[in-house]
Amino acid sequence: MNERPLRIVIAKAGLDGHDRGAKVIARALRDAGMEVIYTGLFQTPEQIVQTAVQEDADGIGLSILSGAHMTLFPLVVEQLQAQGAGDIVFFGGGTIPPDDAQRLRDLGVRAIFTPGAPLQDIVDFVRSECGKRRALVG
Amino acid sequence: MTPSASSGQALRQAQDRPQIIDRTSGLGAQPTPDFEEQRRHWEERSARGRRRRGPGSGAVDRTISDVPLKVAYDPSDVADLDPARDLAWPGAYPYTRGIHANGYRDRLWTMRQFAGFGTAAQTNARYHFLLAQGQHGLSVAFDMPTLMGYDSDAAQARGEVGKCGVAIDSLADMELLFDGIDMADITTSMTINGPACIALAQYVAAAEKKGIPRAKLGGTIQADILKEYIAQKEWIFPPRPHMRIIVDMIDFCTREMPKWNTISISGYHIREAGSTAAQELAFTLADGFAYVEACMAAGMDVDSFAPRLSFFFNSHIDFFEEIAKFRAARRIYARHMREKYGARNPRSWQLRFHTQTAGCSATAQQPENNIVRVAFEAMAAVLGGTQSLHTNSMDEVLALPTEKSVEIALRTQQVLAYETNVTNVVDPLGGSYYVEALTAEMERQAESYFAQIAEYGGVIEAIEAGFFQREIAEASYRYQRSIEAKERIVVGVNAFAKDEEAAEIELLKITEETERGQARAVQAVRQGRDGASVASSLDRLQAACRDPKDNLMPHLIDSVNAYCTEGEIVEAMAKVYGRYTETAVV
Repeated sequence: MNERPLRIVIAKAGLDGHDRGAKVIARALRDAGMEVIYTGLFQTPEQIVQTAVQEDADGIGLSILSGAHMTLFPLVVEQLQAQGAGDIVFFGGGTIPPDDAQRLRDLGVRAIFTPGAPLQDIVDFVRSECGKRRALVG
Repeated sequence: MTPSASSGQALRQAQDRPQIIDRTSGLGAQPTPDFEEQRRHWEERSARGRRRRGPGSGAVDRTISDVPLKVAYDPSDVADLDPARDLAWPGAYPYTRGIHANGYRDRLWTMRQFAGFGTAAQTNARYHFLLAQGQHGLSVAFDMPTLMGYDSDAAQARGEVGKCGVAIDSLADMELLFDGIDMADITTSMTINGPACIALAQYVAAAEKKGIPRAKLGGTIQADILKEYIAQKEWIFPPRPHMRIIVDMIDFCTREMPKWNTISISGYHIREAGSTAAQELAFTLADGFAYVEACMAAGMDVDSFAPRLSFFFNSHIDFFEEIAKFRAARRIYARHMREKYGARNPRSWQLRFHTQTAGCSATAQQPENNIVRVAFEAMAAVLGGTQSLHTNSMDEVLALPTEKSVEIALRTQQVLAYETNVTNVVDPLGGSYYVEALTAEMERQAESYFAQIAEYGGVIEAIEAGFFQREIAEASYRYQRSIEAKERIVVGVNAFAKDEEAAEIELLKITEETERGQARAVQAVRQGRDGASVASSLDRLQAACRDPKDNLMPHLIDSVNAYCTEGEIVEAMAKVYGRYTETAVV
């Protein structure tokens, strides 16, 4: 059992200012005992992955409600590969139609949560998947 | 048979029957129990019911905004209410009961559906459709790059062009947006804030190119930058220069556009960001008063501009709380405008508002249920006396709405207006013990927030200290926890859920080709214009930015007429004003 708590980056990308969901998730993960780094608004995919690498994060949660998810999620996946950080668990949420969510999962986004998703499901997912990553990476 | 013969027969028959002695007129009746005695009886019965119900029954004793509720309200709850002082009559100060003497009998609210997506040509087609369906006015939704001051070919715009609204890069797009629409005949609402001054300049220029003078243009532009820092986060410049831009716009419109509502001070986004009803009310009115103070500080007479200020509220799902919020908003505003700011024109005291149903109350699960939520929220807005209304479409939680779902949303308003009869009586809930008590509670909470904001030194100082952002994040998290704990039920989400991946409803998708096409279009505009007038108009604009005495609006109109793009104009202004960055508060 690892002593250090899981560390998660919660990110907002592009021009989307809707930060209610991101902030609620950040607090829920923190209340569940994790360390949370909230990037603030208007980050580029490069910046988000850099933050995660520098902070030695176990996971990245990206929130997009502006409709730009099919552009920005794949760019983050690309950056994870480019920065040699493919082991970081990448998940996200927002106003994302079901078929887009499927395409994003096919691209390697581990989970997509849409409005109404229970916080407990998200916490459970992060604890389990990021916990596995931690067990492997140490 | 003659009438007299008939009544004689009836009388005889009645005499043969056992008699009923009617004592309802009071004579000889049982004595009416004392009201306080009645109360004790009710309290006993109520307590028995509560014991039977037991804990954990799911009964909610607070509004959605955490205002404690009694089981029933009675005259003691409105003992402090002075009808002459606190309610008056419809159309009279302090306008608790509405700003019109005859309510909706003289004039229905304006049905105004917010729309915009893809390119100007695509949105123009949607506008022609909406006007043909009986909609009264247009409401422009811009895409994210336009709202943030970037052209469609900017690096920051990738993936966002045409997604949340229509892409407007230059005057050429604005002309296309209103192609075939008589801009003197309709009213237009434009939801844009950071670059509002540029959109207004484009609208004026597009109309004048059609030969319609600016004085004939009716509508409104949101231009409420304070709530951007508080909630919506679509800012460009720091708060102080942004306030100067707003004051310039209000001053310009007051002098040159007498039919134009200069600003739409908005609580909608504050509520969507997760605030309570009282926070929405208080923060929005505080913003409104900050604009009033800024205009007065710039030397404008309050009665010259106040009649054209307007407001924009959210209508959430807690029915009576929302109605109380709307009623309280009018009363608080009237009192402050008359007593604090010394306005003398009754029109300066009247709070006029647009309402939109709560996007955040919609659910992705069983999206058809959103039609029902919207109908209740729309009725609350109407019982609260709104001047115009946007009803959300059921699929907006998943994507931009389709034509079909927009039509249902508009029909919802039409059923409300023409079938339910709720429009026949003004302020039908006025005098309700509950609604009056809740209205007074809303006012009390708002005044308490005003005092806290004053302690920071004002709205801008409170923004800089992260006060609003913290309050909203707290409330939003508290609400989410109550859903998780099932203290509150959301149908289809934490109760009555169905095992289905997602609803099979048709969704509107914006393609990547839209982005490439729009990027090509703005590049073509840059190539086809006179470079010298672009450069000179931007120089004059920058000089005006440095000179607080020189109103920016005429220079902005010159720049858009030279086909400067929005991104170029913002860039020129940012060289003087700088750009804002937020310290994030979780």
